[in-house]
Amino acid sequence: MTAPADLHYTRDHEWVRLEGDIATVGITDHAQEELSDVVFVELPDMGDVEKGKACAVVESVKAASDIYAPIAGEIVEINTDLVTDPSKVNSDPYNGGWIFKMKVTDTDQVNELMDAGSYSGMVS
Amino acid sequence: MVKYSTILGLARIRRKTTHWIRTITFSRPGKAKRENLDSRVELSPIGENIGAKWHVDKFGYCSHIAAVTKNMNLSPLDAKHRELGGRMVGFAGWEMPVMYESIMTEHAAVRDDCGVFDISHMGQVFVSGAKAEVWLNGLLTGDVAGLGDGEAHYTFMLNEQGGVIDDLILYRLQEGSYLLVINAACIDVDVAWLEGRLEDGVEMVNVSDDWAGLAVQGQRSPEVYSAITDGRTLPSRNGVDDIQHEGNRLLICRTGYTGEDGFELFCPVGEVEGWWEKLMDEKVVPCGLGARDSLRLEMCYPLNGSDLTTERTPLEAGLGFFVALDKGDFVGGSVLRKQKEEGVKERLMAIQLQAKGAPPRPGYPVLDAEGHPLSVLTSGGLSPSLGEGIGLAYLPVDRVKVGSSVYIEVRGRKIAAKVVKKPFYRK
Repeated sequence: MTAPADLHYTRDHEWVRLEGDIATVGITDHAQEELSDVVFVELPDMGDVEKGKACAVVESVKAASDIYAPIAGEIVEINTDLVTDPSKVNSDPYNGGWIFKMKVTDTDQVNELMDAGSYSGMVS
Repeated sequence: MVKYSTILGLARIRRKTTHWIRTITFSRPGKAKRENLDSRVELSPIGENIGAKWHVDKFGYCSHIAAVTKNMNLSPLDAKHRELGGRMVGFAGWEMPVMYESIMTEHAAVRDDCGVFDISHMGQVFVSGAKAEVWLNGLLTGDVAGLGDGEAHYTFMLNEQGGVIDDLILYRLQEGSYLLVINAACIDVDVAWLEGRLEDGVEMVNVSDDWAGLAVQGQRSPEVYSAITDGRTLPSRNGVDDIQHEGNRLLICRTGYTGEDGFELFCPVGEVEGWWEKLMDEKVVPCGLGARDSLRLEMCYPLNGSDLTTERTPLEAGLGFFVALDKGDFVGGSVLRKQKEEGVKERLMAIQLQAKGAPPRPGYPVLDAEGHPLSVLTSGGLSPSLGEGIGLAYLPVDRVKVGSSVYIEVRGRKIAAKVVKKPFYRK
């Protein structure tokens, strides 16, 4: 299980990468290991989303899991590569497997999330 | 929304004396209200639930549940599954692996090479005696008299209304000696049902607690069998060999639940680890319940409790082939004869999604071409072999037939699908 140090994490096993006012969101290596075989990703609609709102779904062969917005913001980009190759969530969870990008006005929100150490502690 | 399958997927289990502490970590902790979860835990088939501890945060949301359960059955291979990283889930009161690393690769191993499933949860009942044949013929749907020594067939145990209590395989070992292999969830019900009808001249022994089983499935199975038994050959298709191995009884049945060639091995509990190790030495891939489900669904083999229920007859399930209506009387037979005459109103049909998309799941609504509700899926999932969503549902025969367009409703969206010929997968 890996958890890169430069990312922020939620209790829901999502990661957030903040670059300027753009936050990229995906699911963690631990989450993809637990789900295994991701076969479908229902990508979110563009537009404003509240923190904690279910906006996407990741489905493995056996189970469907909702993905919630880890922070409030506006969804401005979705990873359409996942439509044809959802398995990127498994093979490259922190890069090619990103799910959506949000434009964030209050970037301090990420300080409420966990750092890599806390997240690793939670799942170990 | 927290989904039941997710609960199973992320469950963590550790043993504590005679009880089990099951800590369930949701993929979405913190987002489910406790009242929405109570019913979910009841749904979870994890032994006897004797209490649940809820971790509720200050906003009233639930992050974890520790459900305490007892009376869990453990496979004799439990330690082996855990060693191999098996994700253990509750199934019919047993802790069994749903997968080791990947349902997709385990599925492919069976389709392309060879895999092994622990089926120790399944039940075994021996029936013997001078009147065994006649007795079984009056209780099961198949023509028991038509079985020769060392032959087997798939058959049903029905209630008086013709509904399915269990689907099972009946093996004739020799004259007056039979083996019934029954579903794990049905062992108590089946045995009580049979015992209640026992007659003089028939003996019945339920060895389910003392016997274990392995299903070796895939085209390499004959070679594997030869390798683990110093050159033996398998019985013919649907055949059974009742042999002694190192002083112990061993039953080898050329049957399965995957659509591939293979065999099921039944032996006393103490022997099964040795067989498992031999199979591992032959590089047979360990497979869990997830692949077992996707393999059987591609073949349209029904799952009892989902596709088969006490409310549905084998004719409605499209399995009339396994009902010998022309033999003498049997339990449920008169209802089935009448139903055959009048025709069934609904039949279990195979539905295939027309585009790549979200896998259909049991319980999803099936709509007609105009979008009106028709039914719900009894089984559903992604077919790893076809790469498309497949499912089964009881559909009205006067409105739907093979080729009909239907929709599956996935989270409020209508996904185009078609009723197709069974099975979904052919070699």
